[in-house]
Amino acid sequence: MAHDKTLTPDQFAARIESGMTLGIGGWGARRKPMALVRALLRTDVKDLTVVSPGGPDVGLLAAAGRVRKLIAPFVTLDSVPLEPHFRTARQGGAIEFEEWDEAMFLWGLTAAANRLPFMPIRAGLGSDVMTTNPRLRTVTSPYEDGEELLAAPALRFDAALVHMNRADRRGNAQCLGPDPYFDGLLSEAADRTYVSCEQLVDRFEGPPQSLVVQRQNVAGVVQAPNGAHFTSCVPDYERDEAFQRAYVKAAAEPEEWQAFERRFLSGDEDAYQRAVDTFREENQ
Amino acid sequence: MTTAASTATRAEVCAVACAEAWRGDGEILAAPMGVVPGIGARLARLTFSPDLLLTNGEALLLSDPLDPQSVEGWLPYAKHLQMVAGGKRHVMMGASQIDRYGNQNISCIGDWARPKRQLLGSRGAPANTLNNPTSYWVPKHSARVFVERVDMVSGVGYDRAAEAGPSATRFHGLRRVVTDLAVLDFATPDHRMRLVSVHPGVSVAEVRERTGFAPDLPEGPDAVPYTREPTPEELRLIRDVLDPRRVREREVPA
Repeated sequence: MAHDKTLTPDQFAARIESGMTLGIGGWGARRKPMALVRALLRTDVKDLTVVSPGGPDVGLLAAAGRVRKLIAPFVTLDSVPLEPHFRTARQGGAIEFEEWDEAMFLWGLTAAANRLPFMPIRAGLGSDVMTTNPRLRTVTSPYEDGEELLAAPALRFDAALVHMNRADRRGNAQCLGPDPYFDGLLSEAADRTYVSCEQLVDRFEGPPQSLVVQRQNVAGVVQAPNGAHFTSCVPDYERDEAFQRAYVKAAAEPEEWQAFERRFLSGDEDAYQRAVDTFREENQ
Repeated sequence: MTTAASTATRAEVCAVACAEAWRGDGEILAAPMGVVPGIGARLARLTFSPDLLLTNGEALLLSDPLDPQSVEGWLPYAKHLQMVAGGKRHVMMGASQIDRYGNQNISCIGDWARPKRQLLGSRGAPANTLNNPTSYWVPKHSARVFVERVDMVSGVGYDRAAEAGPSATRFHGLRRVVTDLAVLDFATPDHRMRLVSVHPGVSVAEVRERTGFAPDLPEGPDAVPYTREPTPEELRLIRDVLDPRRVREREVPA
């Protein structure tokens, strides 16, 4: 019998420690491992360094005071351009921030996945991404062109968190949507990867190219139906725009946010999903 | 003025001015950000730039920009960013602030260390501007957007690229800035922003008043032409085919 890596959301969260560096998959408000993020909110984990093409994963963790440092090229909710909790955290000076360009981010992950210290890239030069981040360095080509390029430093993590459409118990995982984002690289750039999935399967269907996460990189698998909610997880479901609007509205006022937390985030994942069902019924 | 074109709305003039950014670009990806640039890119593809590549806004390239099922290619973000580095792309980005050399800010307003107003973050602007042709779209031309000095350089302008050296300037090129009032470019000896045309109904004085620095102006009182009006066929495409629900008017009110 092959190694069964399945965990409950709370068993996953117990494996994350304060001070860790976490890479979080998805993109903006798309296919975010929200059930795993919600599980972290039920622990007392703090002082995290979060590396993410940011969306409400960053927002929720920042709002709960769990983020010491964020490394990101953006934080957005897509259909709502600006993430309210991220804005509050930045404007209040509550988090340290390394602002990366998207291409730098891709090549930093590539360096980490290849166990290289950096990758050269034509990005950042001349921009304030360089001046606001004193750890960035350039590198000079050893060939006759002699070009001076940015050395995008490797982005390695203690753990990567990704949400996939399907996974098996060994940790292989499948993205059925059109864009795997950087999730495959994230899983290769991490010491341990935790995959949540819409559905556990014994056999995969669909093209082999959709199997973007491989078991040798995966430490745990969490079955979490609707686990990307309220972000999208196509083709299983689209973003819950009504819920996202409620999230944004609540985030604008501390009292409303407390009520939102009480209603949606005070119980376990099953309680969250039941509260979401009720919200949907009320909003039909 | 009695031609059909004289009935074009400001948003429609803007859509054509955006489309013009991609004229002559050949077989590269047109990457528009925003509603009016999105209409402009598809308009260019359907008329004078038929070889342009277009996505569905996400990871799929469409052979027919009007048919979401007509997939001709796959362009997930990782491949898209490699396409940026390869240069076969002309992006039109927004700008929360832009200065006379085309430095653009989409990151934050105020001191970066503790901003007054946090925005998106720099996204792909630093790499975009160094690797492929870049234009900008500003739906509300004002002195708050056109500033002497941007608070954070996300997209790199001509002066900052030159300071950063030959690797930064090698593939750097800012093409045009389209706003709800005018078209500007950087075709001056030192790449300072220049007023190319004002949209019908807009005066040069109004553009100057709503620009926080003095853009270069051609000599003579009548030297700034009007932005060209849409042709009847372009108007038909915009109104009946590309944007029948008039979403464009949310960005540029009629």
